[in-house]
Amino acid sequence: MNRITIAAAVTLAAASLSTQAMARDSVWIAGSSTVFPFSTAVAETFGRESSFPTPKVESLGTGGGFKLFCSGVGVDKSDISNASRAIKLSEFEQCRENGVTEITEVKIGYDGIAIANAKSGPVIDLTLGELWQALAKDVPNDAGELVPNPYKKWSEINKDLPDVAIEVLGPPPTSGTRDAFVELAMEGGCDSFDSIKALKKTDKDKHKAVCHGIREDGAFVEAGENDNLIVQKLVANPNALGIFGYSFLDQNADKVQGAKIDGVEPTFETIADGSYPVSRSIYFYVKNAHVGTIPGIQEYVAEFTNDKAWGPEGYLADKGLIPLPDDMRASVAEQAQALTPMEAPAK
Amino acid sequence: MNNARAAGAPPQRTIDIVNASLKRRYAKERRFRLLGLGAVVLGLLFVALLFADIVGKGYTAFQQTYIQLPVTFDASVIDPEGALDPETLRRANYAALIRKAQREVFPEVTARRDTRALGSMISVGASSHLRDMVLADPDLIGTTKEVWLLADDDIDMLVKGHIDRTLPESERRVKDQTLGWVERLESEGRIEKRFNTIFFTHGTSREPELAGIAGALMGSFYTLALTLLFSFPIGVGAALYLEEFAPKNRWTDLIEVNINNLAAVPSIVFGLLGLAVFIGIFGVPRSTPLIAALVLSLMTLPTIIIASRAALKSVPPSIREAALGVGASPLQTQLHHVLPLAMPGMLTGTIIGMAQALGETAPLLMIGMIAFIVDIPSGFTSPSTVLPVQIFLWADSPERAFVERTSAAIMVLLAFLILMNLTAVLLRRRFERRW
Repeated sequence: MNRITIAAAVTLAAASLSTQAMARDSVWIAGSSTVFPFSTAVAETFGRESSFPTPKVESLGTGGGFKLFCSGVGVDKSDISNASRAIKLSEFEQCRENGVTEITEVKIGYDGIAIANAKSGPVIDLTLGELWQALAKDVPNDAGELVPNPYKKWSEINKDLPDVAIEVLGPPPTSGTRDAFVELAMEGGCDSFDSIKALKKTDKDKHKAVCHGIREDGAFVEAGENDNLIVQKLVANPNALGIFGYSFLDQNADKVQGAKIDGVEPTFETIADGSYPVSRSIYFYVKNAHVGTIPGIQEYVAEFTNDKAWGPEGYLADKGLIPLPDDMRASVAEQAQALTPMEAPAK
Repeated sequence: MNNARAAGAPPQRTIDIVNASLKRRYAKERRFRLLGLGAVVLGLLFVALLFADIVGKGYTAFQQTYIQLPVTFDASVIDPEGALDPETLRRANYAALIRKAQREVFPEVTARRDTRALGSMISVGASSHLRDMVLADPDLIGTTKEVWLLADDDIDMLVKGHIDRTLPESERRVKDQTLGWVERLESEGRIEKRFNTIFFTHGTSREPELAGIAGALMGSFYTLALTLLFSFPIGVGAALYLEEFAPKNRWTDLIEVNINNLAAVPSIVFGLLGLAVFIGIFGVPRSTPLIAALVLSLMTLPTIIIASRAALKSVPPSIREAALGVGASPLQTQLHHVLPLAMPGMLTGTIIGMAQALGETAPLLMIGMIAFIVDIPSGFTSPSTVLPVQIFLWADSPERAFVERTSAAIMVLLAFLILMNLTAVLLRRRFERRW
């Protein structure tokens, strides 16, 4: 028995040593779960149509992706980082400290966040302000003072809205969709109240707390990371609203309908032209130091920034990516393929 | 009592009291039994519900829609120089052959937009199928043959009835035009559902019709093999030492308490440990069966040690005494007599530990297993994922066709778990000895 134990220990040691010295022959991409479906589609096509092996794509979340990306240069660090937001200054500096000095930023398109309900329910038409009033922890009363959210029904906020209890299913705080929802929808909504907008100048922290605070009395339900699950729950409960990525609305158009926000319906066109307010840009970042060492990085970037992938008729549009406008796409593609390093981001 | 007798009431004997309460006691017992039975029935009902839901959603994934088209293997497209060079054959534009075949079946479709819609009915994987056909048999070049081609996932969903044809066009993923084509193909017998071999032979894919569990299954296999290799010898060795050789003092007590506590540690903690120690310090590569096996070994070790110690305890002391009495050394006693008798119990514990490891996802989150890996892993250090993680990734995919595939993958995982647990039960039945 002891012999086996020793043998096992030796195999383990040998295995870990031999792999350390081994070079990596496939591109390693890690980061946002929002970009994951697009990144994997490109990786698969790239693997199928080029002579390079299929890149490995990890879904770690935007922050986790940057942490790995910025931890240094070497085969045991990722080559490309997917992100559902632009890189932060702190992350950029972290990168620089660890020797990752040249980073190419590639903006790939837009992602909309849909607020939807079941097809059997009424069509909802909300303003961002109303959405914020329904979901915020504290809202201003008639006198403009902040009080704990008193609204139980949509009709109490605006009598044109349905007379049903407020029940919104959304992603948990760990999700990038939640971050984007809070930043775009909640903050946009609360700034439509003058008293709160004024707060931004006097007390920035308080402004953020008021705008970003989501009520915890049961009206907002954290339904988990799985957007498919939210769709199922909406079908079962026609009075509830759900928050998820636009691609899930697109795929489930027979089951759920998107609410109009400020009068704009979430569609491919409205997100692309920016008239739908709850949308964000998505990116990936390339570590220039790895180009040349790891084969296939440049070719992967070229595949991604080809119109047959990310163009309006490309296969990523079928997966729910909202493409950049034509002129912007051309200039981003040119910079990406030349691997032009980015400047430090503004804070 | 005395007062009652004095008042002229009949004398009350103990047996009367017992008889009087008997009915109530019987009723109590019946209620308790019913409650117990109810609990069992409820438990079974939930299991049945779970299975019914998974099987109900997943069984359709074992079939896949194919579309038959008369494909002309045009020499000018495949091999213009006629040299039969494998590299030329590999790089030829097979998608063009499919488009041409579609034009023959639907000659009236000419507008660019419509041909695009027509082209999207066939999976992007179909052209590699044609390529494999030509590579296997170059004589096909120049002939025309009816070929069954893989349909796109939307068409698959439509044919399987997961997309309601009666809905208005705006709410349906498949548009009226395509629906018309599908119905025409159906009436001509050019659409057929076949057994989905791709599901068992391919790695994952972003196209549901090309996605399979082979990559995840191989990953799980490599991971479990290594986990067994690491944890079984160490677990049995530790149990043997602690149970048979170690002095009984405060230190061994402490170790015992710690092992029992380890068995109850949430599995994600082992993942964090793996990330910090194995990846951070030892540089074990991420997303490989090796790192997964190291983490899962840590997780299953306490289970195996506890089960092995229980098995050793159940071997009666008379066996040891008899062996020692005829002059065997302590090591001989253990290896020749105690260990063989305890082995069935140890194996049962190990198999249950392995089954646990097979179904585990949480510790793998931290060590890079939540990854999209198309190629089927070829060894212990090639990037791979495992079955439960594949299920997690598919469950999160927006495409409708992944719903049935998720359930089908769950069915495969459950089949393996049931098989393993059944083996454990059979082992115990067959070899367990009672004294």
